[in-house]
Amino acid sequence: MNYKQYETVFIITPVLSEEQMRDTVEKFRKVLTDNGAEILHEENWGLKKLAYAIDHKSSGFYHLFEFKAPVTIVNTLHIEYSRDERIMRYLTTNLDKHAIEYNEKRRKGLVGKKKETNTATATE
Amino acid sequence: MTLMNEPVHKQEIKKKYCRFKKLGIKYIDYKDADFLLKFVNEQGKILPRRITGNSLKYQRKVAQAVKRARHLALLPFVTDSLK
Repeated sequence: MNYKQYETVFIITPVLSEEQMRDTVEKFRKVLTDNGAEILHEENWGLKKLAYAIDHKSSGFYHLFEFKAPVTIVNTLHIEYSRDERIMRYLTTNLDKHAIEYNEKRRKGLVGKKKETNTATATE
Repeated sequence: MTLMNEPVHKQEIKKKYCRFKKLGIKYIDYKDADFLLKFVNEQGKILPRRITGNSLKYQRKVAQAVKRARHLALLPFVTDSLK
C-alpha cells in the first residue's frame, strides 16, 4: 500500500474536564493505530486562546499527531472527526521532505517556538 | 524650496530580497503564528510580495501557511489591531 507521512492537529472543546479531554485524545490515537498508522510524534499544546470564536468558545485544547500511514486513512480520520462533537476544528497536512526535516529539527527545539505543554489551568 | 526633485543616493536604496532564499528556509510552518505575523498587516491580511520581497515560490508557501493557521484559529481572519 501507498504510505505517506501526515500531520494532524485538532481542537477539542474546552467544556470537557482534563479526564474527558484525555479520553478524546486516546480515542483518536486508537483510530490512527487501528487503521495501520505508525505514530511518530505527538504534542499536547494544552488549553490555548483562539484567535477568533469557534462555536461561541474562545479557547480550546490543541493536540497534534504526526504519523505515517496508508493514504486511505485521511478519509476515515476525517469522518471520525466530523462525527465527534467534542472536536471543534481539525487539519491534516501531507508532509513533504522539507516538512519532515523541519519537524525533526523542531522536536529537538532547534527551530520554531517550542510550545509549552501545560499552560492550561482554568477550563471552560 | 525648489521644484527640483531631491537627488537619490544610490547607496541608500536597499534591494529587497527573499528571506527564505537567503537564509535557506525550505518549509514554512503554519504552527508558528509568531513568525507568520511578519507577513500580515495589522488587520491580519497577507502582505503583497512587493512589500515583503518574497520570491513567488515562497510567497505561495507563506500564503498557504497563513491560511492554515487561520483555519486552526492561530491567526485571525479579520481584526483591528494585531500588532
